Amino acid sequence: MEILKSNQISPDQILIWEWWFIKLNATILYTWLIMAILVISSWLVTRKITSDIHTSRSQNFLESVVSTLRDQIREVSQDEPGQYLAFIGTLFLFICLSNLLTIVPGYIAPTASLTTTAALAISVFFAVPLYGITKQGVWNYFKEYFQPTFIFFPFHVMGEISRTLALAIRLFGNIMSHDKVIGILLAVTPLFFPIIMQALGLLIGLVQAYIFAILAMVYIASASQTHEKGHA
Amino acid sequence: MDSVTLIAMASIIAAGLTMAIGSIGPALGEGRAVQQALSAIAQQPDERNTLQRTLYVSLAMIESIAIYCFVISMILIFANPFWAHVIAK
Repeated sequence: MEILKSNQISPDQILIWEWWFIKLNATILYTWLIMAILVISSWLVTRKITSDIHTSRSQNFLESVVSTLRDQIREVSQDEPGQYLAFIGTLFLFICLSNLLTIVPGYIAPTASLTTTAALAISVFFAVPLYGITKQGVWNYFKEYFQPTFIFFPFHVMGEISRTLALAIRLFGNIMSHDKVIGILLAVTPLFFPIIMQALGLLIGLVQAYIFAILAMVYIASASQTHEKGHA
Repeated sequence: MDSVTLIAMASIIAAGLTMAIGSIGPALGEGRAVQQALSAIAQQPDERNTLQRTLYVSLAMIESIAIYCFVISMILIFANPFWAHVIAK
């Protein structure tokens, strides 16, 4: 079953259902699928959560995931991880699951579409000033844009925009290229070699999810820590 | 040679050249980064976690330059706006 044709580079082009002006494409459908999997599985696990020594297998798994996320956030931000965990953890889990599910036949990662990755990058773009302002106030946050002199203001703004673009294109390019490379390899060396590339693709997907979350954390930390460093 | 042939030829050649030239720099840069990180890990094995995390993040940032080239060559081959313009006419 071929869902994404070889001359299409984005799952946005696959229309599943259409009514009047409402169009349901593969990207939206698979995004909903991932959201449902994340929400329902964590609801099922946390429903019977215990603080006993004997925890269930699934609770143990989720606890290890959350504590790993907290450790990573603490190492990068040098700060209390609880305030960032909701945002960074959601980004990581969503991208991770959407990349890892590519091993299921018939599934196309929503992160292989530029719209999904652009939405994620834009949410990071808005989260940076939100965390920065709540952390150090409006005046101190916007003062950073005029450091060292006011001439540097356009460069700071350009840096913000270009790193958002880079965040979106990096994730999109990595996941989309993996799909395309496997498609091309199937034509050249079928049967065995694409399997190795699939395994490599799982690794790439995991690393990209990790990098997206870590970079978002680095951007947020750099926006919210400069003030404290000046006093230290 | 009509304009359709010309655009197809230029797109394919440009896509190949984009990948060929655009992957040289990131390849050299990644090689240098890994080399430095390996020698740093060999000198200070205790700092392995920090070094590995920094290495992964910087490798991804270097690699994104090659990925930009790949995206551009993919656009030239699969979603070429000039090609669509000429075909539609």
